[in-house]
Amino acid sequence: MTKSPEDEHPQKVFGWAARDSSGILSPFTFSRRGNGDDDVTVKVLFCGVCHTDLHAVRNEWGFTNYPVVPGHEIVGVVSNIGKNVKKFKVGDRVGAGVIVGSCRKCESCRQDLENYCPRMIFTYNALDHDGTKTYGGYSDMIIVDQHFVVRIPDNMPLDAGAPLLCAGITVYSPMKYYGMTEPGKHLGVAGLGGLGHVAVKIGKAFGLKVTVISASPKKESEAIDRLGADAFLVTTDPAKLKAAMGTMDYIIDTISAVHPLAPLLGLLKMSGKLVTVGLPEKPLELPIFPLVLGRKLVGGSDIGGMKETQEMLDFCAKHNIVADIELIRMDYINTAMERLSKSDVRYRFVIDVANSLSRY
Amino acid sequence: MATNGKSPEQEHPKKAFGWAARDTSGVLSPFNFSRRATGETDVTFKVLYCGICHSDLHMAKNEWGFSIYPLVPGHEIVGVVTEVGSKVQRFKVGDKVGVGCLVGSCHSCDNCANDLENYCSKTILTYGAKDRDGTITYGGYSDIMVADEHFVLRIPENLPLDAGAPLLCAGITVYSPLKYYGLDKPGMHVGVVGLGGLGHMAVKFAKAMGVNVTVISTSPNKKKEAIEHLGADSFLVSRDQDQMQAAIGTLDGIIDTVSAQHPLLPLISLLKPHGKLVTVGAPEKPLELPVFPLLLGRKLIGGSNIGGLKETQEMLDFAAKHNIKADIEVIPMDYVNTAMERLLKADVRYRFVIDIGNTMNSSA
Repeated sequence: MTKSPEDEHPQKVFGWAARDSSGILSPFTFSRRGNGDDDVTVKVLFCGVCHTDLHAVRNEWGFTNYPVVPGHEIVGVVSNIGKNVKKFKVGDRVGAGVIVGSCRKCESCRQDLENYCPRMIFTYNALDHDGTKTYGGYSDMIIVDQHFVVRIPDNMPLDAGAPLLCAGITVYSPMKYYGMTEPGKHLGVAGLGGLGHVAVKIGKAFGLKVTVISASPKKESEAIDRLGADAFLVTTDPAKLKAAMGTMDYIIDTISAVHPLAPLLGLLKMSGKLVTVGLPEKPLELPIFPLVLGRKLVGGSDIGGMKETQEMLDFCAKHNIVADIELIRMDYINTAMERLSKSDVRYRFVIDVANSLSRY
Repeated sequence: MATNGKSPEQEHPKKAFGWAARDTSGVLSPFNFSRRATGETDVTFKVLYCGICHSDLHMAKNEWGFSIYPLVPGHEIVGVVTEVGSKVQRFKVGDKVGVGCLVGSCHSCDNCANDLENYCSKTILTYGAKDRDGTITYGGYSDIMVADEHFVLRIPENLPLDAGAPLLCAGITVYSPLKYYGLDKPGMHVGVVGLGGLGHMAVKFAKAMGVNVTVISTSPNKKKEAIEHLGADSFLVSRDQDQMQAAIGTLDGIIDTVSAQHPLLPLISLLKPHGKLVTVGAPEKPLELPVFPLLLGRKLIGGSNIGGLKETQEMLDFAAKHNIKADIEVIPMDYVNTAMERLLKADVRYRFVIDIGNTMNSSA
């Protein structure tokens, strides 16, 4: 008979969990392992609310194992380290992202691509090496193997930096891998949410011309005046769409709903590249002629490895890039999830865990 | 229908003879027309052979909706130079040359500047397109060709003209993406879907690049050919669930030559992480793209369309060096309609080539 979440491990932990597919979160007492030789204990200060958390609590992808404690944009301070830990010391400002483990031996792991390891372990809703369930950052502390902990640069605020741990790396990694960083080239960012707004900022930092591609005309002034995009293309305006055909070198597609790819492919120049980082529930329709005639490609990408995540944080710190956030108390989370499902946030909720997560 | 009011025979000063389709039946028959005089940068050559590409069939029947009749197909054209313009540098009378899918481009865009004439927005196709002077281009099912030097290829000495002709379209169509998508490294494992004109060329080129090749096909009876004759390392029957399951995550890349509708998910599953699915066949309707597998394995699907002129020459030289030529069935001109029928049923191993030099008679 398996132990209860509270009794599984030696250290008591408090968090908020969803218990069924209603996705409603509520206080949850559980436990975490003792701090092992390679482990870092992080007192959680802030945790970003990623759209994936919403999919997970509502079991929209069909593999949620309740109760689920979401949260994989976790930042805080080190409160304990194991004897093998040299990279961090108590008091350091650190973060943990989407994965907390991998096999460390396969070709992907050896190439610093832990995110493509067939045995990678997600920060929540997965099975850890010891067979117990992983719980995420909507909790007061987390214990992570040092390899999967990143340092938050000194000049980066913790709260606004938290979302970079998922949203940031999710757009940074494909921009590097698919060669979408040549200064002067033209990047289209489709969708202006958590991922999209960070893609605009990172694109500008790479010296690209950035056009936001969106179905909502009212986002234009935000995109240009506040986020620094060079242009805004409303997809529902056929004349503007036509005029923009064949003008973009790259597109980062962050749209998570099912949507037509044909117009986006049309926006690309010859040999243009479209990278999809959003996860629609159903397959998309892919017209092949435009791919062939224009030597265009559609590629996927999924977060990034640990080395690259650190590189991304350092890059963002250097260019003063953080997320645009709405800081919320823990007990606002269910309202926040509702609003997130309607994209009513500019552009990431971040939970002020340390100041609002209490056991009472 | 000539655009300047003159008939095809009178449009230009040089008499030409070929076979043309006149309507969407796609049936070809003798056709008298004319070609321009050899301009300063032009190369004129006597056509000896012309490959039959599946595109010729699509165009003859107006399946893509932009055919202009009468249509003289043929864009795998080889022959011997008979005249060169005063400014021509690279060719002389007697040279063995070829012309592929393009006879013109703008020469001023980024693509043209980067030797990617095939991606220029103002390309002029070898047949069925409007040339600079407003007349319609006619292809290689004809006795002579006149083309701008820039679009003429040299056929290397040791490459036979007949079996070399299909390289001008089928060859470059698979060579270019093998290079562009980085699937040309020795030791890599690449799948080739479909074993026809394009597919058999892909196997040969990939093998010459040191790549381990798996042919993926719906027809189990092609296995022996693929392995013993074409040199593929293995053969996967796509309808066999067990075989497909065993091959999951084993391929660095796939060259997909199939133009019929087909599911992408099984092919994407065959790719290793970071694997690349390249489509060179073009199904008419969109295909379903499952996004999760693409993301979780950082895989991509990309297209490719022939190649630029510089790369086409490079491909020919590579083919000559590695003894790569097409597997062909040489046919007389008047067999062409039967050949088209057989091509429709994929009943050819693996390209028909018309023996123009010996069988194209203007009195036929």
